[in-house]
Amino acid sequence: MGRKLLLEKAHVAGITTYEVYRREGGYRSVEKALKSMSPDQVTEEVKKSGLRGRGGAGFPTGMKWGFLAKPEGVPRYLVVNADESEPGTFKDRYLMEFIPHLLLEGMITSSYALGSNRSYIYIRGEYVWVAEILEKAIDEARANGWLGKNILGSGFDCDIYVHRGAGAYICGEETALLESLEGKRGNPRIKPPFPAVKGLWGCPTVVNNVETVAAVVPIINDGGEEYAKIGIGKSTGTKLISACGNINKPGVYEIDMTISVEEFIYSDEYCGGIPAGKKLKACIPGGSSVPILPANLLLKTAKGETRMMTYESLADGGFASGSMMGSGGFIVLDDSQCVVRHTYSLARFYRHESCGQCSPCREGTGWMEKILWNIETGKGKLSDIDLLWDIQRKIEGNTICPLGDAAAWPVAAAIRHFRDEFEWHVLHPDEAQQRNYGLMHYADPIHVPQPVMA
Amino acid sequence: MSSETKNTVSTVKVTIDNITIDVPAGTTILNAARMIGGDVTPPAMCYYSKLEGSGGKCRTCLVEVAAGSAADPRPMPKLVASCRTGVMEGMVVKNITSDKVKEARAGVVEFLLLNHPLDCPVCDQAGECHLQDLGYEHGKEGTRYEFERRTFEKEDIGPYIQLHMTRCILCYRCTYVADQLTDNRVHGILDRGDHAEISTHISKAIDNNFSGNMIDVCPVGALTDKTFRFKNRVWFTKPVYAHRDCPDCCGKVTLWQRGDEVLRVTARKDEWGEVCSYEGKPGWICNTCRFDKKSASDWVIEGPANINRHSVISQGHYTGLQKPKETLPEVMGGRAPKLMMDIHDVSEVNKIELSQLPGAATGNDFNSPAAKEA
Ligand SMILES: Cc1cc2nc3c(=O)[nH]c(=O)nc-3n(C[C@H](O)[C@H](O)[C@H](O)COP(=O)(O)O)c2cc1C
Ligand code: SF4
Ligand code: SF4
Ligand code: FES
Repeated sequence: MGRKLLLEKAHVAGITTYEVYRREGGYRSVEKALKSMSPDQVTEEVKKSGLRGRGGAGFPTGMKWGFLAKPEGVPRYLVVNADESEPGTFKDRYLMEFIPHLLLEGMITSSYALGSNRSYIYIRGEYVWVAEILEKAIDEARANGWLGKNILGSGFDCDIYVHRGAGAYICGEETALLESLEGKRGNPRIKPPFPAVKGLWGCPTVVNNVETVAAVVPIINDGGEEYAKIGIGKSTGTKLISACGNINKPGVYEIDMTISVEEFIYSDEYCGGIPAGKKLKACIPGGSSVPILPANLLLKTAKGETRMMTYESLADGGFASGSMMGSGGFIVLDDSQCVVRHTYSLARFYRHESCGQCSPCREGTGWMEKILWNIETGKGKLSDIDLLWDIQRKIEGNTICPLGDAAAWPVAAAIRHFRDEFEWHVLHPDEAQQRNYGLMHYADPIHVPQPVMA
Repeated sequence: MSSETKNTVSTVKVTIDNITIDVPAGTTILNAARMIGGDVTPPAMCYYSKLEGSGGKCRTCLVEVAAGSAADPRPMPKLVASCRTGVMEGMVVKNITSDKVKEARAGVVEFLLLNHPLDCPVCDQAGECHLQDLGYEHGKEGTRYEFERRTFEKEDIGPYIQLHMTRCILCYRCTYVADQLTDNRVHGILDRGDHAEISTHISKAIDNNFSGNMIDVCPVGALTDKTFRFKNRVWFTKPVYAHRDCPDCCGKVTLWQRGDEVLRVTARKDEWGEVCSYEGKPGWICNTCRFDKKSASDWVIEGPANINRHSVISQGHYTGLQKPKETLPEVMGGRAPKLMMDIHDVSEVNKIELSQLPGAATGNDFNSPAAKEA
């Protein structure tokens, strides 16, 4: 059994209520921080913990907090990113739904560290019932003195507001989120300036993922060093993974980052293997934006090492043979899945979700979708595959926000690793309408050249 | 270097395509390049120096930063939008000397033209369209796009401005005009992605006195002057500078004339295609000047407008407001020629209102009894 820090108490009966949460030791971190630590000491603990952002980019949280500008007389804001709209990712919902006070506790402690007297939760519009759960929890916390003026007599004021989005994936991008929070159209801003300098209403702002903020609770309770002992290397602590696709036990799992990908997929503690006797064909380990990997490269790196569920190991090999931890949306495809169709549906998603500000993303995403649809429906040409490659290359890196990259990477990775399958679709258009390409060689062991000893 | 002349504003040295220039600190790469001028200047389809917040969107102005600054000479990992990136002391920028830039820019041009209807033959903007220029200078021949181009439901946005959404490149300039010049914002972007469109939130609501400036900032033929619609090709008209005492705006305009007739009134444009500034203030013009003052007698004519010599408009060689000598009376020896016949009596074509036909005209339309009778 791996260690659980976030979801350990998630299934205690009644934990969504304040009484039970408090009885189980909740809000201790707020007491500890406000009564015995300075804001900088809290930040220091987070730095020591090695916590990395759980929203996708994996940026060290303590360092991000350290960048926050602190001009005299200007308010600062903590904004929690609960927009969670990436296909395959549903971990934040789970956390907020089952243990909402954990997020609030993390927010109060983090707000204290950052000096935010008004903190916001920007929640995905479709999470209607979750927003209600959070608002109820906020009321309870306020009624019990954890929010409002002069919390615990420390002189620190803090309030938390829930803001509902209107159903746009792009509003998860932090600057689009801030625009939307300000009541504007959710277009990503052009950076710099970064939110740490000019964020919400032009004031210094930290945007953090739900899970990131929740992880501050065990970090303050047990100390940053203690937290950093869990995991491998720069992947410290525990990570929520939302597993879905062709597995026996889809769901949200808290892993300490010490297990292998193979163990995660096949052990009964986690995904429980592939159902119906099918075989693993491919996997997107970190949400729809990260590169897809064929089974062989998923389980072992190109160097032949076992791939672990850590930031570094998942990224080993770069984009040539690796992927990313991303937002922890673990999507498994068995041998009855078609990678072309799958790539098409992702392309469709990104086309639909592009804000349309910059021309490469606005036009390129739609173009890729149309070409992929042609290939999928047996109307493709071999030259289309190269064209797709060229389009994604011209989008990547040339856009305002990373959605352009996120649209380009899945297409690039699918072509990089599954080119045969695309070609088969083009060359066997009729057959491709009847059956799928299957597993073929995608799980074959990869030959790792050994260094020649003199 | 003389030590006496001390600069009051701090300047930084930046090198663009191997040309080094001193510019005030805080200048963007694009504006620094404009100070050098010529080919070194990246094309800008969305940035508009007079509209706050503009730029960063079209990505035509992408450049390579080969060295970030003297203090940190590392190259920037990605191409950057020169219109929104400030220069640093010792920065080294590559624009036309970078193959990466040329390739990315050709890609952007392809993207911008992907869904563009290419209806230049019937577009009033042709001849002064920045997208035409961009495609010509930075694009590749042909398109690899094999799909139907995007269309939109037609929307009437009022009596003065014609919207052709299919031509729009979503540069957002017009929305900044709506935001920054007019007091009531009624015009913005609806929807998102490739189905985003500019629109008036309430149809036909653009009746603000400065709304016409949207036409001048639009780089393409998406917003054109309804009072000039299909009247003439710009290169057949004669641009002259003129002014009037206007209580609302600067009153400094370009008249686009044919003979004595004023076909169109626009603000004056500088070499980057933006409205000129006077004493540091942008020379936006009001709708009264633009749409209502269509007679040469409304204006004090100053002389021929400056038109870039590369522009197709400069093909018309107008050197002044000189009327050709009326030679007909002389030739006719004082006799006034009589109208021999009315052209409409012999031409069948002119009896038919072509704009009323559902499609293109065919022989049947002219031979039908109805046409014969008309
Ligand atoms: C298109 C797009 C969508 C995103 N959606 C989310 C999201 O739903 N939730 C989230 O936490 N971060 C999302 N991010 C990442 C945020 O921009 C930001 O990096 C993150 O909230 C920072 O929090 P962290 O440092 O705690 O990870 C998204 C980024 C992009 C480009
Ligand atoms: S990359 Fe796409 S989503 Fe991001 S700003 Fe540009 S158009 Fe909008
Ligand atoms: S209508 Fe013209 S100015 Fe407005 S966004 Fe489109 S191209 Fe730009
Ligand atoms: S002019 Fe710079 S991005 Fe459009």
